Amino acid sequence: MQWQQTETNEMNMQKPEHQAAILQLDTVSRRFGAVDALKDISLTIQASEIICLAGHSGCGKSSLLRIIAGVDSPDSGVLLMQGEEIAGPQRFVEPEMRKIGFVFQDYALFPHLTAEQNILFGLKALPKQQALKRAQEVIEHVGIASLITRYPHMLSGGEQQRVALARALAPSPDILLMDEPFSSLDSGLRQKVRNDTFGLLRELGTTVIMVTHDPEEALSTGDRIILMRQGRIVQSGTGYELHDAPNSPYAADFFGDFNKVPGIYRNGHIETAIGTYACTASVNDGTAVTAYLRPQAISVSTDQSQLRGKIANRIFLGDTEQIMVNVEGLTEPLHVKTFDRLPGTADHIGLTVKAEGLLVFPAL
Amino acid sequence: MDARLTTPLTTNRRHSRSGSGWIVSAAIIAVLVLLPVFALALQAIQGSAGLWSHLLVTTLPTALADTLILLCGVGLLVAILGTGAAWLVTAYDFPGRRILEWALILPLAVPTYIIAYAYLDILHPIGVVQGAIRWLFGYSSPREFRLPDIRNMTGCIILLGFVLYPYVYIPTRALFLMQSSSLIEAARTLGVSRRHIFWRVALPLARPAIAVGVSLALMEALNDIGASEFLGIRTLTVSIYTTWITRADLPGASQIALSLLFIVVALVAMERWARREQRYSISAQRSRISEPLKVTSRQGLIFFCIGSIPVLIGFVFPAIYLATEAWRRFQFAGLSPRFLIEAANTVVFAFTATIVTVGLGVLLAYVARLRPGPASAWFFRLATIGYAAPGTVIAIGVLILLAGLDQFINRNAIAWFGVSTGLLFMGSGAALIYAYATRFLAISAGGMDAGLTRIPLSFDHASRTLGQSASGTFRHVHLPLSKAALTAAALLVFVDCVKELPATLLLRPLNFETFATHLYGEAARGTYEEASIAALAIVVIGILPVILLSKIGRRA
Repeated sequence: MQWQQTETNEMNMQKPEHQAAILQLDTVSRRFGAVDALKDISLTIQASEIICLAGHSGCGKSSLLRIIAGVDSPDSGVLLMQGEEIAGPQRFVEPEMRKIGFVFQDYALFPHLTAEQNILFGLKALPKQQALKRAQEVIEHVGIASLITRYPHMLSGGEQQRVALARALAPSPDILLMDEPFSSLDSGLRQKVRNDTFGLLRELGTTVIMVTHDPEEALSTGDRIILMRQGRIVQSGTGYELHDAPNSPYAADFFGDFNKVPGIYRNGHIETAIGTYACTASVNDGTAVTAYLRPQAISVSTDQSQLRGKIANRIFLGDTEQIMVNVEGLTEPLHVKTFDRLPGTADHIGLTVKAEGLLVFPAL
Repeated sequence: MDARLTTPLTTNRRHSRSGSGWIVSAAIIAVLVLLPVFALALQAIQGSAGLWSHLLVTTLPTALADTLILLCGVGLLVAILGTGAAWLVTAYDFPGRRILEWALILPLAVPTYIIAYAYLDILHPIGVVQGAIRWLFGYSSPREFRLPDIRNMTGCIILLGFVLYPYVYIPTRALFLMQSSSLIEAARTLGVSRRHIFWRVALPLARPAIAVGVSLALMEALNDIGASEFLGIRTLTVSIYTTWITRADLPGASQIALSLLFIVVALVAMERWARREQRYSISAQRSRISEPLKVTSRQGLIFFCIGSIPVLIGFVFPAIYLATEAWRRFQFAGLSPRFLIEAANTVVFAFTATIVTVGLGVLLAYVARLRPGPASAWFFRLATIGYAAPGTVIAIGVLILLAGLDQFINRNAIAWFGVSTGLLFMGSGAALIYAYATRFLAISAGGMDAGLTRIPLSFDHASRTLGQSASGTFRHVHLPLSKAALTAAALLVFVDCVKELPATLLLRPLNFETFATHLYGEAARGTYEEASIAALAIVVIGILPVILLSKIGRRA
């Protein structure tokens, strides 16, 4: 009985520890002059999670990464790593003591060291033999055995990226930070390197925080996406959540293209020039709102639909075709994306709107 | 609790609140640099009020007038020579242009006191040149024919101008080289003739570069003590020196030094302004570099001859003179032990000062990188202000400071322990090192800063996240990557220490001679024994950074 109780106590004591996130941010702020680079960022990251910090340039995502790494310090707020304060009013842990790895946008491989010496750079604390062994392990994992004697300027972009990854992983960091790690690769290579990299990172169970401005990259790699704007978190959630149910026009625009149609919200419906559709919006009846319609939610046909429009422009993209259609009552043409091939002579077409994916935001 | 202790992070963890040690060390350096100036100002104020009025009627008016005339003359001459030479080698292509391009920097190797020393003898009424002229025209004695004496203001201006013009030549040539051809082509299509391009386009664009060069040259002219004194010009710098050396009047010397500082402030303001302007005059996108115009071989020969004049006067003639004199002396007497001691003195002091200066400069530049912000930027600026202050001003400041400290320590040592410490700083030459470091810190800090700027900040962050501390990052990343910049800075500091005369004269320990002070001593006495060997040694050492500069110039 007593023994059991002890265990429960221990369990209770350990439980918060065990479940405690690997990284917690509490109202972290950073100002540069008059600009809020970060404003009251609060965030909890669990072990083995892969997080994408997304947003346009200047939104604060890189500042956040630098503060987590410890190469910059917050003006206010607290950072906890495994429940311990690493930056805040009480203490500041220098970056070299944080066990956080960093893969930089320009890779930052030291030009005076070979690939192997670069990887060994972070293993200074280990005895020589152990360091070499650990480096060997990482080199095999990342698959760069053939490159280790080369200097960075002798490596291609993709090779540099892998060496940088190996170097960051070598000291077995608790968290790996990546700042636009694929942006300097050309698009053909980018996807393959990205898949390989995250395949490996998932296999290793590494906690990753990656910064990206590429919505597709964010959607395809992150377990969770944190969308930022002007130093604040706009929305966070899985890729599906952010793509399908953005909470703001900014989030919607970041992850998709939309036709924006003005309308009035009444009784769970939106009334627009192209029809009335059921929707949900947390605004009062009679409020002016904007409907966000995805191009692929509008289908086109040559038969006589209720809603008709005049083709203004057609852009043939191969598998799909993008058509701009002028519709009476709208100032902007509707963008439509279709897999169906329309006859080249078509000039007026019929449109059908699927209301399921419709988003409604208060008019600006 | 236990779980917490076993997490890897809690073991062996160092942490600091802000890492203020770096900033504090930069602040200390800045204070050390400014301390002599404060001491100087304090001493000047403490001097009796009567002294001021005495100075105002006796020394100051002539010294101030002479200094200003000298500065105006030298400023005008270096602007014309430097800009003209720079335009010649960038706008026209002629045989020998490549040689002239770097040869025009050579006069930089000749300190002002050496050029005066050399020409005093070359143009002496019974010297080589005048002797040859008399022989040529059949005069028998200097009484029948002599060239105008160079021991006056005009002579001083000309001699200083011909060794200081590279300060204008270097930045102006760099600017002419960077001007894109489209600017010149645009001007041509707008109706400016080729002849007028210089006046209408090139010169207005180069104005800031010329101003930077002129202000640096004038700082050197202000610093000069040898040339002015040998040639009989009583500048402020010379007055400071004589006020202290012959009259031992420290308050008087500091008061003159203080008034000299006002001129320095004006020069620094001019330089800063010009540097700001310069940023706008260099177009960001330089499509094509303007090609120099090929000229006929006849014209080319004339251009080469014109371009050679500053090199001949500023370097070749004095160098040949020094080499022959030194050789003659060497054959006659060999190298005396005294000369070897001076060589050792010169090298040991310059070397020690270089180590100190480069060390402090590196620290200063690294703090500015590590803790960017207004504080570190200000400390950097304040600590590197010494380059503008003449050696005499710094020396008098250091003298006041350390001689006072020496007395204080000595008094207390006697009172407490009954032993006399003597002149701890002044006697050991520590004061001299202090003055050198104060004056040349801008070279090492600036050089290191330029080297560091080329290293991306992500290297620092990579190293830190890979477990290196700030100082470890410096050792393993910055140092190996900025070796070239550091070596260049160290070389420049070393050579400047070897050449430095006024501070060395004032602060050297008793009976301690370097090449420069020996040369000064003999020239002041009018004897020319071993001084030519010392002078040649200084010029040869001075050529080292010129080679370096010409390499940098070619790369740019």
